Amino acid sequence: MRAVICAGPPTSGKTTVLRHAARKLVERGRKLAYLKIDVQYCDEDETFAREFGIPARKVHSGDLCPDHCSVLVLGDAFAWAARESAEFLLVETAGLCLRCAPYIEGGLGIIVLEATSGMNLPRKIGAMLTLADLAVVTKIDLVSQAEKEVFRANLLDAAEIPVVETDALHGINLEPVVRRIEATPELVQPARLRGSPPMSVCTICAGKKEIGWEHHFGIVRALDSDLFYRGQ
Amino acid sequence: MEIREISLIGGCGKTGEREPVARLDMRMGDVVSVVGPTGSGKTMLINDIALFADANTPSRRRVLVNGAPPPAIFQEDPSHNPIALITQHTTFLSDLPVREFLRIHAKIRRAARRESVVEETLAFANELTGEPIIEHAAMTELSGGQTRALLVADAVVIGNSPIILLDEIENAGIDRLRALELLKRYRKIFIFVTHDLRITLLSDYRVVLLRGAMQAVVPRGEEERRVAGRIGLLDSIMVGMRDRLRAGERVVERDLLGELRQALEAPSAEAVR
Repeated sequence: MRAVICAGPPTSGKTTVLRHAARKLVERGRKLAYLKIDVQYCDEDETFAREFGIPARKVHSGDLCPDHCSVLVLGDAFAWAARESAEFLLVETAGLCLRCAPYIEGGLGIIVLEATSGMNLPRKIGAMLTLADLAVVTKIDLVSQAEKEVFRANLLDAAEIPVVETDALHGINLEPVVRRIEATPELVQPARLRGSPPMSVCTICAGKKEIGWEHHFGIVRALDSDLFYRGQ
Repeated sequence: MEIREISLIGGCGKTGEREPVARLDMRMGDVVSVVGPTGSGKTMLINDIALFADANTPSRRRVLVNGAPPPAIFQEDPSHNPIALITQHTTFLSDLPVREFLRIHAKIRRAARRESVVEETLAFANELTGEPIIEHAAMTELSGGQTRALLVADAVVIGNSPIILLDEIENAGIDRLRALELLKRYRKIFIFVTHDLRITLLSDYRVVLLRGAMQAVVPRGEEERRVAGRIGLLDSIMVGMRDRLRAGERVVERDLLGELRQALEAPSAEAVR
């Protein structure tokens, strides 16, 4: 079983990229499973199951940070995909704050970014980009030649990883992504997270609404302080 | 890699039958028009070229460069792609100032004369626009016409793309004939998707499309050169009248009749531009 973890900002085209990839993989006789992790709503699991006839599941992270949730549930998900005799588990994460890197050692980490999100986006994302194996740039048909090039240059400046420009909506230039997925090695258990990104379950995530660090516990900070631990 | 020629190997039309033109060779320096009614597959044709189609698009066409399948790097890195496609939807999203943006692009392209290519790009764009581009304005503040002019200028000068695909430049709000005249100074392959009579007649040949298939490749004839001149005169009459309206003046029937008479009487050699 091989694990492919796909991250990226909301609406960047993660689902569209994975759908085209899934179609091509299924056509080649590959056995897939699909897991979608989102905050409160998603129905991509039903779409993938219906369209490709593959086992598909979803997890709603609710009050948990979705990437924190992914760390907790992926172990079970690998076991599930193996029981379904899938060769590839495609995991699509929610990716909301752009700071987290949900990728795991030995799996394939794909970040999906839209060309229309501004040329400086690659500079604003941390580990989600720098720890990925492959960057897929979508909506390339909507931007000028110059911006395509500047976007790529900024991306390569932030992370030296392969970049594939696509028009995922029309299924254009996704072949290199599929080839990369097929080249993913077997997952070695126990799987480990690739980096230690700033993901935490905090009192704010858990619903405490008071403003000011004095009201919260765990790793906190004041305006003029570094991070410190507050609690028992 | 020096590009001498790109070829489109015919596939099939929308109804699935083989297209009548089995192969279209376009050589460096050619100006090509793609013509046909709305929905006939003009945009699909230039998309096929832009994608280096390899029997993997609905038309099943294939693109060859210098007679062979194109190298993978063309599609792997936009700055190595020899084709610039400017569609009706292509736009700038950056809010950087114009000059700074162009400088960044020139830097990425490792242009040897970084400042002078930026100057050349701005001068080129300004020749096409009604009102000159303000260099310190944000890219996103440019008008539709200015944006189009700068897209073309950037692709031609900084991008230095040897093959330029332009989708309906006549609707871009820029001076289309001035654009064609300026573009012809650069040795490239220009492919225009167009509904415009004059652009078509100023091209070396036209590819005629119907129901998604290339029906014929028609070279411009000698007589058409003369006709193009006469149509040019008619066109200037129309432009003149439009300019009068734009200046708040009125159009006068007597003036129009006089100009039409002059156009009719002009010897054909004079009419040729």
